Amino acid sequence: MTGRRDTTGSAGSRLLGVSALVGVAVLLLFAFVLTDPDVRVHPTTGEEFGQFDAVRLLYLHVPMAVLTYAAYILCAAASVGYLVRRTPWWDVTAYAAAEVGTVFCGLVLVTGSIWGRPVWNTWWEWGDVRLMTTLVLFLLFLGYLALRRTTVDPRHQARRAAVVALVAVLDIPLVNRSVEWWENRTLHQQSTLAELKIQDLTLFTLMLGFVVFGLVAAWLLLHRFRVGWLEQAAAEHGVAMAIAERHAELDMPDVDAAVGDAGDGP
Amino acid sequence: MSVHRYRDGVSVVELRGAVVLLGRFPALAGLDLSVDVGETVLLQGPNGAGKTTLLMLCAGLVRPADGEVRVLGHDLTVERREVRRRVALLRHGTGLYEDLTAAENIRFWARAAGLGESEATSRAASAVGLLGLDDRLLSRPVHALSAGQRRRTSLASLAVRRPDLWLLDEPHAGLDQVGRDAVDSLIRDAVSAGATVLVASHELERVRSLSPRVVTVAAGVVVRDSGRGGGTTRPACTPEAATGEAADA
Amino acid sequence: MREVFADALLIAAKDLRIEARSRVLVNQVAPFALLVLVLFGFALDADQRTLRTFAPGLFWVAVLLASLLAVQRSTSLEHADGAHTGLRLSGMAPSSVFLGKAAAVFVQLAVLEVLLVVGIVVLYGSTIEDPLLLVVSGLVAGVAVAATGTLYGALASGLGVRETLLPILLLPVLAPVLIGATRAFDDALGAAAVDGWAWLGLLVVFGLVATVLGALAHGALIED
Repeated sequence: MTGRRDTTGSAGSRLLGVSALVGVAVLLLFAFVLTDPDVRVHPTTGEEFGQFDAVRLLYLHVPMAVLTYAAYILCAAASVGYLVRRTPWWDVTAYAAAEVGTVFCGLVLVTGSIWGRPVWNTWWEWGDVRLMTTLVLFLLFLGYLALRRTTVDPRHQARRAAVVALVAVLDIPLVNRSVEWWENRTLHQQSTLAELKIQDLTLFTLMLGFVVFGLVAAWLLLHRFRVGWLEQAAAEHGVAMAIAERHAELDMPDVDAAVGDAGDGP
Repeated sequence: MSVHRYRDGVSVVELRGAVVLLGRFPALAGLDLSVDVGETVLLQGPNGAGKTTLLMLCAGLVRPADGEVRVLGHDLTVERREVRRRVALLRHGTGLYEDLTAAENIRFWARAAGLGESEATSRAASAVGLLGLDDRLLSRPVHALSAGQRRRTSLASLAVRRPDLWLLDEPHAGLDQVGRDAVDSLIRDAVSAGATVLVASHELERVRSLSPRVVTVAAGVVVRDSGRGGGTTRPACTPEAATGEAADA
Repeated sequence: MREVFADALLIAAKDLRIEARSRVLVNQVAPFALLVLVLFGFALDADQRTLRTFAPGLFWVAVLLASLLAVQRSTSLEHADGAHTGLRLSGMAPSSVFLGKAAAVFVQLAVLEVLLVVGIVVLYGSTIEDPLLLVVSGLVAGVAVAATGTLYGALASGLGVRETLLPILLLPVLAPVLIGATRAFDDALGAAAVDGWAWLGLLVVFGLVATVLGALAHGALIED
């Protein structure tokens, strides 16, 4: 925080950003061009079936879903860290993780919906455990971000937000259980990989997806954290200035006037 | 009345360089103040000077961002609960439930302070007498009381706790003569019982009859202090205030 | 520990006495909840069979909406004229205050549920087939809603936007309660062939977690 900078970038984060961007380009190339569509032939009738080109969403959807959960777990862990340590570092980390997680969570819901349309013949499936759990998770963290945007004393807000994040993460297993018992049905493949004919290229592309989206998430997280940290530093700097300003008020004549009349009495 | 664990000359309030932030605004900007047992201190100063925040700090309701803060012998950065139960704070909100009667409110706050049934009843009776609240008034719900009657009820609900430190923020404002006299008698009673009283007020003449020590607060620091015993003017007693603000004297 | 419960009782008794005097639940919240039942009737169908099938879910949606009002009322009691400052200075443990306020909200929700059961029987033609399950699951879900609501009420208190913030914070968290309580009522009202008692476990777990967490977190939320 010593040098003056007007960006949140650094050599490291630029490298990270460039590799994330290149990674996304390479991933798209593999996912949409180089891998084969999912076409299987029925052993007896000889009919073609499978997910065809829709399966390509696998390479985006699954890594993003995993990273959503990773980001929210990080948020919960940082919230616990804040409640124990009460230092801004944990608070800023939790906030950054929650924002990045929510972006990914929204994308998971959208890509899932797009994928579901051709494969399940529906945009949305009520009662699907993972769908419902992810949606509730998304709504919970929209509430978290709404709370974050209220204006209140920063320490106060940090504590409230930490409690909300904890409750949200504790709530998730219960949501998951309840939806599972509720309908006990899912259209989700138990594991897409087990069901599909696993090809080396498919597996490689999926792994590439994890790496690339991991880089993207790390990049976003890093910048979001730095923005939060600078806000924090600016606030602290502002306090020192504000105290100096308050002391300077005393030199102004109107304070003398205001104090003076009350002064020392008859 | 109440039992005090202090000898004369021991500080009830001991603030050194206290900084309190409201959001990012330094409501107290390095304030020094030392108040002894049994003193009556009048806090005066322009609006926004930090008088209310100073009272909140002494009650353990806001956390100091910097400085050394001891109240009733406790370090407020660590042990606030012990301080809180031994102070009484009057603010512009009455702290009463308006659907309950005045008597029910006083009783509730007595019980909330941890008093047993009989103790609560007897203390409520004496507080009610001190503030001149009659039965007719006590049986009315708070929303049917005038502002002055509410203030007296509010003070009675604080008095039942027999606090060691009274923190009063504009206790006379908006009161009629009966109410003002009730406030004054409460303060006198508290001091004679050995409690310490900090009053923030613009009603200087009124409070002066209690011959307090007069402390002037401006811009979040103490700029003038009449010193213990009250009445006489002398420069602020703390070194920092003396060097920094002596120019205005 | 005994002190904690004695103080909680004091707070709960105070809140219930205020309710007995002001009748906000009786005059405003209960009519609102019944109104929600009527609106569902208009919106869905005049066909009583449809309504009967969905009665358990509609019942619990009505309870959740009404609970928002009950929680908001509960917090505004303390904030209307600065009583919350008095509570912080009283020396009472924050967990006592939480338990007391949650208990008072719970009692009010229980009364509301009784009214709403009458409502669905009369308006939707529901029949009670397992009264014990109905009562037990209604009470346990009531604890879960009251505890979570009180926790979030404290969380949103003191914010200028608390009325708008509370629903978005509270309702998603209560999703498991809505599902569980609806399933239990499905069984108790014979609206669907499910094992309602199995769902009680989920409600009990939720209620316990919410109560313990609320009692622990309340101090951190109302400090400063």
